Amino acid sequence: MRRVVLAFADGAVVAKRNLIKIKRVPDILIFTTMSPIMFVLLFGFVFGSSIHVPGVNYREYLIAGVFAQTVIFGAGFTGSGLAEDMTKGIIDRFRSLPMARSAVLIGRTGSDVLYNSISILVMSLTGLIVGWRIRTSPQQAITGFLILLLFSYAISWVMAYVGLKVSSVQVFQNASFMFIFPVTFIANTFVRSDLLPGPLRVFADWNPVSSVAQAVREAFGNTGSLPQPQVWSLRNPLAYSLIWVVVILIVFVPLSIRQYNQSSKRD
Amino acid sequence: MVSNMIRTEGLVKRYGKVIALDGLDLVVPTGTILGLLGPNGAGKTTAVRILTTLLEPDEGLVEVAGLDVRSHPNQVRERIGLSGQSAAVDEYLTGYENLEMVGRLYHLGRRESRARARELLDGFQLSDAGDRPSRTYSGGMRRRLDLAAALVARPDVIFLDEPTTGLDPRSRVQMWETIEELVRAGSTVLLTTQYMDEADRLAEDIVVVDKGRIIAHGTSDDLKLQVGGERIETVLANPDDVAPAQTILARLSVGEVRIDEQSRRLTAAVTDGTEVLRQVLQRFADANIAVVDVGLRRPTLDDVFLMLTGHVAEEANGTTGENSDGRPDSHPRDGRQKEVVR
Repeated sequence: MRRVVLAFADGAVVAKRNLIKIKRVPDILIFTTMSPIMFVLLFGFVFGSSIHVPGVNYREYLIAGVFAQTVIFGAGFTGSGLAEDMTKGIIDRFRSLPMARSAVLIGRTGSDVLYNSISILVMSLTGLIVGWRIRTSPQQAITGFLILLLFSYAISWVMAYVGLKVSSVQVFQNASFMFIFPVTFIANTFVRSDLLPGPLRVFADWNPVSSVAQAVREAFGNTGSLPQPQVWSLRNPLAYSLIWVVVILIVFVPLSIRQYNQSSKRD
Repeated sequence: MVSNMIRTEGLVKRYGKVIALDGLDLVVPTGTILGLLGPNGAGKTTAVRILTTLLEPDEGLVEVAGLDVRSHPNQVRERIGLSGQSAAVDEYLTGYENLEMVGRLYHLGRRESRARARELLDGFQLSDAGDRPSRTYSGGMRRRLDLAAALVARPDVIFLDEPTTGLDPRSRVQMWETIEELVRAGSTVLLTTQYMDEADRLAEDIVVVDKGRIIAHGTSDDLKLQVGGERIETVLANPDDVAPAQTILARLSVGEVRIDEQSRRLTAAVTDGTEVLRQVLQRFADANIAVVDVGLRRPTLDDVFLMLTGHVAEEANGTTGENSDGRPDSHPRDGRQKEVVR
């Protein structure tokens, strides 16, 4: 018990340090707020103007997809932050201190929840401007925001692992883009997954990004009069998304902590 | 209090096929400073990383503050401070925030961490810059902050990994003075460096490493003694005189005559410096050899190092040049004979 308390206390110290950095480097905050705005406007107007999904206002439909995609990009911040700390020797400083072995990761993923919250807030405000509305109760809406944060938190741990594994921020960014693009596009984020061909459809149906987008869409009441999805994952998007969150955390929390303990800048 | 703050025996570390440490034995008695001297890639940083729990050794015994580093890493971390190449300060945090954070992570508590941070900033002449992000600091200031971070928890053992690499001469001297104060205050320090003058000035005891092995060990004076007494160094005016001058010097010197053709500089170890110098000048004059510069100097660690590592390279495909206790055996002297000009 004492160890867990200590890990979170140390984690809080690290999280505070990460947040100070966001304060000191305004570029980070500008990027945090600009890119979600850009995504909402870009997808809303470029795709929203030319794609028509029968039974639903497409601009409203894709907002949940943009949310899901953006928080995954946001989770990438965890990995690039750790990769940067590693190349600069900050991780070595931390590892030489008698702090909990999990603290740097707890702090990093923790501060990135706040980072992602800011980006969700900004996206929501931009969404409201382009015509997106929450058509459900506040409780349901909160569920929608929570599942976004939970999912991005879980992805943060995946990114942490990759960020500690690669040798530089550059490599991390290339690697994460190769992961983020297919995973967020072969999904029901921007199109209806049931209209995709064969294998793509299966992938999209069972892709947790789809279920998160679907859960958020339902939580905000943005499904219009679309037909009920056929597959279990999308009929029970909240449950299916939560299963993924739990599984990712069970696998990647210990894996990332182990990687942290082994990682060290080489001379 | 344990008598030896740092002790390693037969330390081995491999990176794939590359052997970074090849049986390193170190002993640093409590309250002393050991200089670990070697070129880039000699294994200095690897040794520091293992001693500071950042890296697992493949073989060997490692003890810091009487604790086995492998079985009690966290207890070791409570008693050490690390500074230099191996660890960094956060450039986005102010000096104060950096030190306060480190204090919190040593679990000194909020109030103590804050007080200690201010105290250290004062002690390292950083109080004026304490509330500025450290990326605005000069190289020397950043190193001082880095060293301060290592001292936050008043550690028993301090590891300084190339603390002055990349610093301008003035900052180097400042850093040396700070380190000297630490040692006077009774800290146990392991210092790695690739600069001879640094080891010479700071470290009582010096271990020279190359390719992961100890090639020499002793005080600065011991090491210089191995190379012989004083040096005569002369620069000739005319390149054609190099050969005859070499012959003259070889007759009067005790060891090798080192020649740098480019600058026409000849260096020779001698026993009775002033007398030999007089004779050399006399014979040069007899042979009509004009000199631009001539002088007598004490051997530097550069001489030691050049000699020792030079031989290791020569013997790389033959038998090893070290005894198991890590002290150089007679091979270097055999090697030196090859360079003697007769």
